[in-house]
Amino acid sequence: MTDLAAVTMTVNGRRITRTTGGHLTLLRWLRDAAGVTDPKYGCGEGVCGACTVLLDGEPVSSCLVLAPRADGAEIVTASGLVTGGDTLGPLQRAFLEHHAAQCGFCTPGMLVCAASMLADGGPLSRDEIREGLHGNLCRCTGYGPIVDAIEAAQGSRGPA
Amino acid sequence: MVRRDVPRHDASEKIAGVARFAGDLALPGMLHARLVRAQLPSARIVRRDATRAREIPGVVAILFGEDVPNNTVWVDVPGQMVEVSALKASMEVLATGRVRFLGEPIALVVAETEDVLAEACAAVEVELEELPGVFDPDEALADDAPTVHEDGNLLAEWNIDRGDVERGFAEADVVVEGEYRTQYVDHAYLEPEAGVAWLDDQGVLTIRVATQVIEHYRDVARILAMPESKVRVIAPYVGGGFGGKEDMTVEPYVALAAARTGRPVRMQWTRNESLLARAKRHPMRMRYRTAARADGTILAQDIDITSDAGAYAYLSALVLLYSAVHACGPYDVPNVRVRSRSVYTNNVPTSAMRGFGAMQVVFAYESQMDRLARRLGMSPVAIRKRNALARGDVLPVGQTLETDVLLPQTLDAIVDRAGEKPSPSGPRRAVGRGFASNLQSYGRLVWLNDSAAAWVGFHLDGSVTVRCGVPDIGGGQSASLAQIAAEVLGVGLPRVTVHFGDSALTPLAGTTTATRQLLMSGNAVYEACTTLRDRILAAVAEETGQPSESLRMVDEAIVGPETRVPVLDALVICRRRNVPTEALETFFGPRGRPVVRDLRAERVFPDFTFGSHLADVEVDLDTGQVKVLRYIACHDVGRAINPGSVAGQISGGTVQGIGMALLEELVVRDGVNLTGGLFQYLIPTAADVPDIETVILESGEGMGPFGARGIGEPPIGPPAAAIANAIADAVGGRPTTLPITPERVLACIGLGVQEGRGSDG
Repeated sequence: MTDLAAVTMTVNGRRITRTTGGHLTLLRWLRDAAGVTDPKYGCGEGVCGACTVLLDGEPVSSCLVLAPRADGAEIVTASGLVTGGDTLGPLQRAFLEHHAAQCGFCTPGMLVCAASMLADGGPLSRDEIREGLHGNLCRCTGYGPIVDAIEAAQGSRGPA
Repeated sequence: MVRRDVPRHDASEKIAGVARFAGDLALPGMLHARLVRAQLPSARIVRRDATRAREIPGVVAILFGEDVPNNTVWVDVPGQMVEVSALKASMEVLATGRVRFLGEPIALVVAETEDVLAEACAAVEVELEELPGVFDPDEALADDAPTVHEDGNLLAEWNIDRGDVERGFAEADVVVEGEYRTQYVDHAYLEPEAGVAWLDDQGVLTIRVATQVIEHYRDVARILAMPESKVRVIAPYVGGGFGGKEDMTVEPYVALAAARTGRPVRMQWTRNESLLARAKRHPMRMRYRTAARADGTILAQDIDITSDAGAYAYLSALVLLYSAVHACGPYDVPNVRVRSRSVYTNNVPTSAMRGFGAMQVVFAYESQMDRLARRLGMSPVAIRKRNALARGDVLPVGQTLETDVLLPQTLDAIVDRAGEKPSPSGPRRAVGRGFASNLQSYGRLVWLNDSAAAWVGFHLDGSVTVRCGVPDIGGGQSASLAQIAAEVLGVGLPRVTVHFGDSALTPLAGTTTATRQLLMSGNAVYEACTTLRDRILAAVAEETGQPSESLRMVDEAIVGPETRVPVLDALVICRRRNVPTEALETFFGPRGRPVVRDLRAERVFPDFTFGSHLADVEVDLDTGQVKVLRYIACHDVGRAINPGSVAGQISGGTVQGIGMALLEELVVRDGVNLTGGLFQYLIPTAADVPDIETVILESGEGMGPFGARGIGEPPIGPPAAAIANAIADAVGGRPTTLPITPERVLACIGLGVQEGRGSDG
């Protein structure tokens, strides 16, 4: 518990070094050490997807990755998907227009998952989008609005 | 701006990833807190010793019940606006002598870091002597059952008697009966319980917490023996509530820790704690006997309901009251007998969850409707239409329906939309179609003397601020208020800012529960805006010599037949004439007298929302797997302030209902919760459910602003019944226990053990 580790990551384009206990998960490192709070704790067991971030381009449940394992990695969280100041990208705009966020707690993980799906190419059918989202739980929307948003975003192309 | 499908302002903050939820806040010098919880469901506390734990470096404080100024929390009616009756159900903040459920808090540990917390909690020594427990409500009513509380295990009873039930059964052509069981359901919002407390510069104890009820500042004040004016609760955006953040969760604990240490303190429950110890939806056992004439007219209902209250009362008595009042569904029934009771056990406590007792009974009364239809050879739609309530009808409890009831229209709408029933996708597959209708009250029980206040004001640049103490739990609570203000004051939506959820700085608007915020806060904002508008119009009328009745506020101007005054000029006119450019109004809900055990009241609720759902399912006859092929949900929402947001409420509530129908169950054996994580508690994923097709009817008959009805809770009622009815349509046998697992489906087709009892005639 006292074995300290200096870990450096590039988070949303910003290089951050923090020395913390080596047992910290990537989620706790981001939230508690680096102050990046848009990835959320929802279950701590890799089921809900609220902590999803891109680790070197791959979506991972950050609650299941130890921070030292991500040393040197490039991390993108939902807030890092917003480029050009505070203007929303096509994916975020589609989420907004289709009421894909209600309480918004699953939204950062959902957006990262969706961005990753779109980046992998497509076009995806509604069933494929639903299959792709199965690791990200939402308790508010019933999912239809989120599927609508992702479908619309891939229609307008240019992933987030 | 009203009735327009505009994006919600709160959504854009959440989508940009900048919204800061309760657990996202970190303050300089902040400590962390965690609870030591009981590891037995029924026990006497023999010894508590924190000596060893206090010696661990980084441990700042450890509190037991003796360290709490008033170690009692009253749990009957959260957030009541005035004292309505003697509160009688309480529990200890930290248990000192008796433990009544597994997970009950015993000690509060405060430490410098979260890592130290784990070690310190493990080092707090708690010695328990196990006592006999009781884990089944029927067993708990036996004379020799172990008592959970001194006054006995019967927490509450509600009866309804109307007409002559025996005669109704004697005159009936058919009688169908059934017993239905529902399960423990968890709210499973994505955001576990969390909050941060600190002392501000004036010594005000401030708690920023995920809550549906900022009025809990009063409970915290009582527990800490502080004046109510010295406690403040702020509700930031809440990551889902669904009733689970109606009772207090972390509030008393972060408050105690901050008061004791003088430093900011954060507490975040793990998902395991949330599943283990926060109150659940009540399991219910419902026995129904229904009598009808050959033409389908219902003559009588004889209903018996038992709910498991768990170890502490919380809202169990009121949840059961909702069950009793809604027990006959949206149908006119002349002869009714309801007997209901809620019973203490040593199981996890149960309390509010979306639908609040009015939704479990839908599963029972709508299964009965289909049993009747099948027995009589009628269509499910025809039998519902034949018995549908209408304006002017009187509910069994005695309340007259004052607004129009579009129940037949909701049935027509889903039938029109659905078309033909689909064909099975292969051999050994069967397809069925099921219907379910419901009514659900919106607004709190009338004797709670509910009210909501709101403040609205113009700034010098013509933009508008709304202050309203509504907790925004993700259902568009504050966004609706912005749309209402924009509509009444004729300003663009981006010019309106809503400050919400702060017991010190926003006028109190009551709880975000009971589908009440659009009715209550919506009307409060509407009234504040109309007061403000009328003041401005009167000032402009005097200034211009136009009659004020001829003036309107629209498109950022005051417009009449011969006048157009930009709003900025109108504000200058107001200031010159000493006319305030702000207004504060309080909206009072309908009033009524408290009920007694034998229910008879002219009014229990403000009003009701009606709806009908249709489910097409396919059953795999070999595995019992059920796939929902298609789902249509229709409600009369009165007026859709924001149609997209309304559709979202219907879609989301419906999918929660489908989860309860097919997947979700918190398994509790002898008081031990075996469902400790989301890998065991299965809420629907995107791959488990179809698109929910929503049909919105707008009667304009609701009691909310612009004739709106509440829609937060109603959509969760019908899904379990619609799916059970669809399965019965597909395979003949009828599931009567939730969740409808593949094993239970196989039992329906004679391939397993049949549970419960009942007859389709």
